[in-house]
Amino acid sequence: MKIYLKLLLLVFLTVAINPTLLHAEDAADIIKKSQDAFFAQGKDMKARVKMTLLSKSGQQRLRELTMLRKNGAGDEQKYFMYFHNPGDVRGTSFMVYKYPGKDDDRWIFIPAINLVNRIAAKDSRSSFVGSDFTYEDVSGRDVEADTHKYVKEETIQGKPCHVIESTPKSPTEYTKKLSWVDKTTYLPLKDEYYDVQGSLYKVFTADKIDTIGGFPTITKRSMANIKSGHKTEVVFDNIAYNVGLGDDVFSERYLRKPAEKWIK
Amino acid sequence: MQYLFIILIFTLTTVTAYAQDITFHGFVQGNLSARITGEETPDSSEGGDYLSGDQRLRGEITGSAESAAFTLRADLVHDSVSDEDKIDIREGYIDYRTDNYDLRAGRQIITWGAGDLLFINDTYPKNYSALFSGQPLEYLKVGSDAIKLSIYSDKISADLVVIPFFEPYQLPDSKRFFLYSPMTITGINTPREEIENSEIALRLYRQLGRFDTSIYLYRGFFKIPGMKPLSLTEAELFYPQLAVYGFSMQGAFAQGVLSIEGGYYDSLDDRNGNDPTISNSSAKYILGYSKQFWTDFTAGVQYYGEYMQDYNNYEVSLPAGFPKSDKIHQLITLRLTQMLKYNTLRLGLFTFYSPDEEDYFVIPEARYNITDSLWTSIGVNIFGGKDTRTFFGQLDKNDNLFATLRYEF
Repeated sequence: MKIYLKLLLLVFLTVAINPTLLHAEDAADIIKKSQDAFFAQGKDMKARVKMTLLSKSGQQRLRELTMLRKNGAGDEQKYFMYFHNPGDVRGTSFMVYKYPGKDDDRWIFIPAINLVNRIAAKDSRSSFVGSDFTYEDVSGRDVEADTHKYVKEETIQGKPCHVIESTPKSPTEYTKKLSWVDKTTYLPLKDEYYDVQGSLYKVFTADKIDTIGGFPTITKRSMANIKSGHKTEVVFDNIAYNVGLGDDVFSERYLRKPAEKWIK
Repeated sequence: MQYLFIILIFTLTTVTAYAQDITFHGFVQGNLSARITGEETPDSSEGGDYLSGDQRLRGEITGSAESAAFTLRADLVHDSVSDEDKIDIREGYIDYRTDNYDLRAGRQIITWGAGDLLFINDTYPKNYSALFSGQPLEYLKVGSDAIKLSIYSDKISADLVVIPFFEPYQLPDSKRFFLYSPMTITGINTPREEIENSEIALRLYRQLGRFDTSIYLYRGFFKIPGMKPLSLTEAELFYPQLAVYGFSMQGAFAQGVLSIEGGYYDSLDDRNGNDPTISNSSAKYILGYSKQFWTDFTAGVQYYGEYMQDYNNYEVSLPAGFPKSDKIHQLITLRLTQMLKYNTLRLGLFTFYSPDEEDYFVIPEARYNITDSLWTSIGVNIFGGKDTRTFFGQLDKNDNLFATLRYEF
């Protein structure tokens, strides 16, 4: 019995003096809160998204789209994206039903042949429209897909942050991710991605944060590929929350002919 | 041609005066396709090595005001092979929208079904010579001059399409392609433009679980003609009546997308299969599966089957010397797509193979987006088969290299 007490005391002391262990349980909670703050504010959201893809040689490519999001029951979400530019994807719409722990349902509408088709959606690490962002970077990653560990507290951009290390449970193109999560807003201010060799290859940064409709929102962000020198900067304009998007907006009808009221 | 321009300009200026949100876009495109088998089609004004040589200027105007909208997509085309200029109105329609239904009237491209380059319930006009000569994929589909009523509800939605003017499939012709024809075609007999000859198509659809599910009904005509002999060596083409009853389902399955489609082709003018000039009734089906195997790489396979009804009657009535189809005609397709260099380079492969007709059609293609507004693609169409009288086998001598350059604005 004495031994047990001693052990208990030892455990208690270890935990008390080591903030890493103290936070061990809530590292996943912090990531969950961070995902909610980043990808799920309000009941719904609309925004005009401008992506600038910059190659190492200085070549620029632009992607311009309207993004609509509606939260459902649990962590389910519906996304609708309508492409304004460039010309070869103009009028293309893209719709996603996201289910936690299950593969998404994804549809694409190709206006030139008036075709609505399902697209295979297993790999969420694929590039989103040719940018440095992946599908997951645009709409979130399952919290359960990684194990999360509290690393330390650190202040960046003058804001105290939780630093969390996430390790994918199944093989992914990164082996480790460090996230700096703002203690107040829970928005991710920086993410560092490490490859199989353990070296840093991709960095996400929140470059501008504004409060819109009461929600702190990242209005400018970027993802830089350190190894290739390629970079993507994304600006969210005309953001509005709780605009009253109906479920019908996320249907085949509007995929084929989007509601102008929402996509302007 | 001139009056068309005047009507077009008048309509546009009138409509644009009232509409808000006018947009204007388009592209300039060059497309060239050259036969690489070294063979030239004989006795043809459009013969030689080139299957296509198009320069196109696309204009696309859209506008809307309140619940109405219009769209016009038209190509000014110079066809260098025939040395002709033409206007190709790809689409030109007016939309009227309410909460529960939409009406679209005018020339419109309609695409239904779950197949990838295989169509059962999509009986809308297609241009196979565009596909076989390497024009961009969108030119496979052709607009229908139609009225479409779409009705929406939570339980079930519906599209009802009425096409007053018959438009057959555009198949390769012997001016530019080597083809098998047992007889000389001296005439084409299309259905008369009468009200009772209107094509009618209905689609009912909803989500069933996580599957997009549709039921289709169609009444109209075969789009691939039958051949009616006029003498021992001459024949005319005609389009027998057809009804199609079918369904399709598409949804997430085993980390990929599963597609199922089926349809019964009811050959209304030859229900017992005794007329050798008309296709027998048949049951057609597609089973498809596509999956992303690794980042930016997707593979898709399809199995297609066509089960002929009244096969005995077909065998008995088939004239001597004509190639005989099997009771079950099958196709297997494979599509591979790899995106590279931040999605600016797309490497693709599409193949058709028929185990019963032992013929194939293979399309490797690479497309590169040079800038946001300029892209180019280059590819090869390769046809072949054991027998030169089968669908792809007859095209054996038409293997071609194609290239497209498009500037979008």
